[in-house]
Amino acid sequence: MRQSDAARRTTRPDPWAAAVRLLDLPMRAVQRLIGERRMPYVFLLPNVVFFALFVFVPLGISFWFSFTGGSALFPSQRPYVGLQQYGYLFDCGSVLDPSSCREDHFWRGVHNTAFFVVVQVTLMVLFSLVTALVLNRPIRGRAFFRAVYFFPVLLSPVVVALIWKWILQRDGLLNAAITTLGGQKIIFFIDPSWAMFWAIFVSIWAHMGFYTLILLAGLQAIPGDLYEAAEMDGTRPLRALLRITLPLLWPNMIVVIVLALIRGVQTFDEVFVLTGGGPGTATLMIVQYIYETAFANQSQNFGLASAASIVLGVVLFVLTLAQLAFNRKRDAT
Amino acid sequence: MAQLALKAVTKTFGPLQVIHGIDLDVRDGEFVVFVGPSGCGKSTLLRLIAGLEQPSSGQIVIDGQDVTRVPASDRGLAMVFQSYALYPHMSVYKNMAFGLENMGLPRAEVELRVTRAAATLRLTDYLDRKPKALSGGQRQRVAIGRAIVRDPKIFLFDEPLSNLDAELRVAMRKEIASLHAAISGTIIYVTHDQVEAMTLASRIVVLRAGRIEQVGAPLDLYNRPDNLFVATFIGSPRMNAISAQVVAIDGGDAALAFAEGQTLLLGNPGGRLAAGDAVTIGIRPEHCDVVDTGAVDLAVRIDLAEQLGGETFFYCSAPGIAELTVQESGQLLRARGDTLKLRFRRDHLHLFDANGQALAHGAAAAIAS
Amino acid sequence: MSLRSALTLRRGGHRLHWTDVASYAYLALGVVLMFGPVLWLGLSSFKTQAALLEFPPSLLPTSQKQVSVPGFDTPLPLFSVTMDDGSTRVLAQVRRVGLQAQMVDPADPGKTIRVALDKRTPLRETAFAFSNYTEPLRQFDFLLYLKNSLFVTIVATLITLLINSMAAYALSIYQFPGRNVAMVGIISTLMIPITIILVPVYLVITWFGLVNSLWAVILPGAATPTGVFLLRQYMLTLPRDLIEAARMDKASEWQIYARIVLPLTLPALAVLAIFSVMWRWNEFLWPLAVLSKSQSYTLQIGLNAFQGELQTQWNYLLAMTVVTMLPITLVFVFLQRFIVAGIANTGVK
Repeated sequence: MRQSDAARRTTRPDPWAAAVRLLDLPMRAVQRLIGERRMPYVFLLPNVVFFALFVFVPLGISFWFSFTGGSALFPSQRPYVGLQQYGYLFDCGSVLDPSSCREDHFWRGVHNTAFFVVVQVTLMVLFSLVTALVLNRPIRGRAFFRAVYFFPVLLSPVVVALIWKWILQRDGLLNAAITTLGGQKIIFFIDPSWAMFWAIFVSIWAHMGFYTLILLAGLQAIPGDLYEAAEMDGTRPLRALLRITLPLLWPNMIVVIVLALIRGVQTFDEVFVLTGGGPGTATLMIVQYIYETAFANQSQNFGLASAASIVLGVVLFVLTLAQLAFNRKRDAT
Repeated sequence: MAQLALKAVTKTFGPLQVIHGIDLDVRDGEFVVFVGPSGCGKSTLLRLIAGLEQPSSGQIVIDGQDVTRVPASDRGLAMVFQSYALYPHMSVYKNMAFGLENMGLPRAEVELRVTRAAATLRLTDYLDRKPKALSGGQRQRVAIGRAIVRDPKIFLFDEPLSNLDAELRVAMRKEIASLHAAISGTIIYVTHDQVEAMTLASRIVVLRAGRIEQVGAPLDLYNRPDNLFVATFIGSPRMNAISAQVVAIDGGDAALAFAEGQTLLLGNPGGRLAAGDAVTIGIRPEHCDVVDTGAVDLAVRIDLAEQLGGETFFYCSAPGIAELTVQESGQLLRARGDTLKLRFRRDHLHLFDANGQALAHGAAAAIAS
Repeated sequence: MSLRSALTLRRGGHRLHWTDVASYAYLALGVVLMFGPVLWLGLSSFKTQAALLEFPPSLLPTSQKQVSVPGFDTPLPLFSVTMDDGSTRVLAQVRRVGLQAQMVDPADPGKTIRVALDKRTPLRETAFAFSNYTEPLRQFDFLLYLKNSLFVTIVATLITLLINSMAAYALSIYQFPGRNVAMVGIISTLMIPITIILVPVYLVITWFGLVNSLWAVILPGAATPTGVFLLRQYMLTLPRDLIEAARMDKASEWQIYARIVLPLTLPALAVLAIFSVMWRWNEFLWPLAVLSKSQSYTLQIGLNAFQGELQTQWNYLLAMTVVTMLPITLVFVFLQRFIVAGIANTGVK
């Protein structure tokens, strides 16, 4: 009896197996046709088609677009204008003064993004490092604290921006705290400096958990007996931090810094929802310029947007190469 | 059931040639064992037969049909892997049924075959378990069961017992032997263990460095090894090889000098020996008799004595002979440092030339003296 | 306190060192700063429109008690009033006049009582405005946006899992000419984020006639280099014998993929699935570019459009923000372990 029970249980229909069998007929036919050894190409095909259609072909088109003018979307209807779009982008009295440029919004975006990236990356890496160091200590409830710092990473940029917009609005929680302490209400988003401050603050708030996690993983990979050896040598904690922990963490720091730079240069969504790029153009980033040049304005200036994209792409390419170089160096040591 | 023929099969991996032109015929229902030291190419040869590797040149023929370019899945063979390669996410039943489902058999037929094989292999109670929950021996039986249910043309075994402990290995060896008797299928079995080869095979193929050294029935290999490699590889403990020199030829007799001053008079096999030739005398440990009186061939000193109860091993040395093993049945109480007087059984002497090729075996080498 | 425990995670001494105190203080501040805003959003989302307009805001979703009094068109706010004789009464306020308030007793609405402003305190009650959640789903298109987001997330994740695992299978199990080229090609897509090919991808989508379709959101991001590499790393650890055993078992290469390799890659597939759900649910720039008709908005785009309208209806906006946040939060609560391990191992998000 037991035998047939077991057999019945194990022969229960398996929907996955059935689905696989259904697709097996055509796939087996393909395998017969081209041979077992060429099957990897079949498996690779869908992914390659997607990459071709949505990455490589667009990249080519992007180059072509940047040399064409007009507002038509289809390449055949776009006149070739040579380097004109790049000429417009770089038509500046001085690149240090966006108002002297033909495309002043582009250069505002460049300036804002540069300022944003430098400040945001510096502070974020610093806070991430401190948080990782603290979380790496003998802390009770470490998993909980790690989760708390990490949670905002998962929130969508729109949600992040709205959470802070609500707190920072005129009658919001922060102004309530300020008035309780005897201060005056501040309307943050009509002041360029405050707008930039909160753009940076919110983006650090949203992303530092991710970098903390990477640094924490790096810290936990440092073998504990190194510290015991240092202690035998009579090393004081601060010295151990500076001479053991930080040097050993350096490869992870590089990864974090470059990654944060790459992401920072592409900053768009949180800031866009939080400030809309304003007041004026005070928090307008390059990506917002590209988006608006191509889609938001009536002009639909795809050529100019593509030229700006290519410029941004070059910056990202250089940063990625830097990362690969550092990675190789790290793997080699 | 099926025949298999390998015709001048070679295999190179990059610059390395691992199989050098193998020719072999396997008859229907035979249990052929590929044996050899590690790196001899025996596993590669098995994988070539299975279709998991492509030969660089040559032909593989199954039942008269050239399958050299046929992929593994279409050759109709089954293989038991050294690691068992059981699908970890499938129950024992699914593991055995998977191949049958792939053949497109109806469910009732699949169930019949699996339950029958499970009964044969005493796996009925474990059909629902995952491989993780089985002992080593049980996993081994599932791996064999997976092959049996397929009713393949040829069974291929790749060192199937090497992951088991000694006791289990002996038990599984017996099971495989009785299995072959029961299903009478063609089996090709790879092992580095010559005991497995001797006990299981109807024919043994001894391989070295990608070449076949000798093919034959186990006792043929034991009694009439073609060369010194086969002679010392087959048999445990291994055959003693004693270097010697032909000092004189006297008609049909040859006088061999060995071990600093000892002489042995033998028949000159086919008159192929000439004075001054270097030869090797081969004598198995069990063919060295310990004698008290009469003609003594060699006196040796005991370096180590192993008393196993049913038999006794002496590891000895003599001037000019670094090591010589003697096996006596029963118990012979001698200790380290004692001297043993030995007489070699003439009808079990082997003689090899300077290249290690056999010149004569047993009676052919002996002269009535 | 040992050096090791000072700098590493070993639980060390018994007494609290000042560095321990500083650490916990830092972490406590972190909890307030990182989790406080989210909590504040959650609490606020249950407040009535009236409670949201109060300044300074109350912590809990409370509002002033109101009462309908005969003779008055609108409900009047209730106060607890300290009378001149020291007793307290519950009165409804009609209007404020200078430093005085005209009040009535709800039981006796005919008689007006004048009370100094500082003698009265508002009567509050906890009131959860669940209508913040139900109304926008009914009145506005948020139910549709939610459906769109779910469709995009689920379908896109399934496609990603399928095509990425197929590619990873090809690149991990087989040796074939062109394999290295394929690997380099896939790595190089890491360097080309959507931000720099926004316009041409839009063009490709237009070619396919997919503008304003949810497929326009789903397709461009379906093939991910991250997914291919995550799965490939895992598949490389599967024993080769299993593949060969399946081949001897007459399995086709498709069956080996679907019935042997995929089931054994489940842990890595789970990590990729979590990532993909996160990416897709939160995606913003690309849907913003390609979706211009509100019936194809995802939650993120719908939410952004709603907040951009002239008169921000904060009560609805906050509730919908919570709805947008909720699925990801649930994923996080239940699958935190996988996410953390996945990021620590691969350094991707």
